[in-house]
Amino acid sequence: MIDATSLQRLQRVARPRTPSALSNALVFGWRAVLKFKHVPEQLFDLVMTPIMFTLLFTFVFGGALAGSPGEYLQFFLPGILVQTVVFNAVYSGMGLSTDLGKGLFDRFRSLPIWSLSPFAGLMVGDILRHLIAASIILAIGLILGYRPEAGILGVLAAFAMLIAIGFGMGWVFIVLGLLIRTPTTVMTLGFTFLFPLVFASNIMVDPGTMPDWLRAFVEVNPVSLMTTALRGLMGGGATLSQVVLALIAPVALTAILAPTTLWLYLRR
Amino acid sequence: MNDTSPMGVPATGLAQSAISARGLVKTFGKLRAVDGIDLDVPRGMIFAILGPNGAGKTTLMRMLATLSRPDAGSATVMGHDLVQAPHEVRAAIAMTGQFASLDEDLTGRENLVLLARLWGFRGRAAKARADDLLAAFGLSEAATKQVRDYSGGMRRRLDIAASLIVTPGVLFLDEPTTGLDPNARKDVWGMIRGLAEAGVTILLTTQYLEEADQLAARIAVIDHGRKIAEGTSRELKAATGSGFLHVALADVARLDQAATILERRLEHPVQRSAEGAELSVLAGTPKAANEALADLVAAGIELSDFSMGQPSLEEVFFALTGQPSLGESRKDDTP
Repeated sequence: MIDATSLQRLQRVARPRTPSALSNALVFGWRAVLKFKHVPEQLFDLVMTPIMFTLLFTFVFGGALAGSPGEYLQFFLPGILVQTVVFNAVYSGMGLSTDLGKGLFDRFRSLPIWSLSPFAGLMVGDILRHLIAASIILAIGLILGYRPEAGILGVLAAFAMLIAIGFGMGWVFIVLGLLIRTPTTVMTLGFTFLFPLVFASNIMVDPGTMPDWLRAFVEVNPVSLMTTALRGLMGGGATLSQVVLALIAPVALTAILAPTTLWLYLRR
Repeated sequence: MNDTSPMGVPATGLAQSAISARGLVKTFGKLRAVDGIDLDVPRGMIFAILGPNGAGKTTLMRMLATLSRPDAGSATVMGHDLVQAPHEVRAAIAMTGQFASLDEDLTGRENLVLLARLWGFRGRAAKARADDLLAAFGLSEAATKQVRDYSGGMRRRLDIAASLIVTPGVLFLDEPTTGLDPNARKDVWGMIRGLAEAGVTILLTTQYLEEADQLAARIAVIDHGRKIAEGTSRELKAATGSGFLHVALADVARLDQAATILERRLEHPVQRSAEGAELSVLAGTPKAANEALADLVAAGIELSDFSMGQPSLEEVFFALTGQPSLGESRKDDTP
């Protein structure tokens, strides 16, 4: 057990030099990686729903919607990637809400570190999760016969776009995680807000047959803009304006919500 | 190697106090959780903030640890202003909150390496620091276990170890032994004493009178956001008065009757021990105590024990606040 002598010995280690903000952020990123090691089942949560969606829509609805499952998969796969990333953001909000409830963040806040670094670490974890989940879905798509016409470069550009989308959406759920005490409420609220965005979009079907009022919404829905750009990037023929339109929401969310996060965090 | 003073001490050393607070206020809506508290804690002291649940202890501590901004008043911690220089304050303190501030998914060692890296230890140095702390706190064998598998006592030890990555000038401990079994509690007390001997100033909150009595050089009693008394344990007891009569009954069933008799004769409120069969009351003089005992004998109430002496801290608290006890049973205090 601890005694004064061993404590005095512990005290004799020189105080290290104050680390940089970047170093702080990387340490929190390392924490996110450790979480994958210790809680690998979180990946199961992340990819099961999109895998089931892919199989269900391709084989059950695909033929009716697009003539054949193969043709439908070609249309659907970029969209399911967007859906995966958007829904995954909810889990990081839940994780944050859990962390905050346990007093872990009180320890972080009482340290002399860059205030935003815990969130930068969360983002690192999010991005890794997005990349892993998207790779798994893409792999399954390739096995089922999906072919990205734009080739490797197109897929890489699409993944970069997914990271931007995940980054933007991440702030929404970090803010919710900061505001809401119970993780399950974060989840319920998150999905309530995301369901209309994801389903009233062009992810599953071409909005051509929808009533005018709905189509008007679908066409300006940021999720549709993201899906259109992703289809263009993976299938070839993406235009600059498609990409710019898809990035408006993530950029705007980051610009508004990153400062909000800092304010909420320091105010607590 | 020659630097044995706590690393958080600023070079200026202007203030001799580790903590100096004036008129601190924190309100939540209409509730004045902390309502104008002054506090002076000299360096190297164990200082206890004693009070019932909801008295404002945790809120006060959170303000001093820069986790919550005061609505009014000012304070310096290790010579740094709380509001003007929060970063400098943070570099000089560590806080172990009421709920374990650890990542349950990570191992004990990973938790400490994470914090060591945040403090600026790099690579191998961070790991060495973590291993030294684990060894000092008797956690080497559990180092690679996830914290979720730790017992309450192990968690608390790791939590305190996590506050010593860089030895702080001031260590804040919010209810350090709440929820621990008697053996784990004794371990934590030993640790706290060891830290104080090594020169760390310790501010702890507690709702256990015995804990304040055992550990702290000074005690501030807080109720409804205000400081209602401060002093050494001895001073607080002396201020309440000596000449307390303690009686233990042979027959618990006659407790109510005995209490009524004592109250009538001595004209002071009677305090019951949590164990049930003991009564304490301010008697004033041995003569008055004698008369009261005679009354009990006359009523046929048999005593198993009686004594005259200083009030317990519980009686002090009762005298100060008019509340019979601190919410929780004291039973589990005494191993």
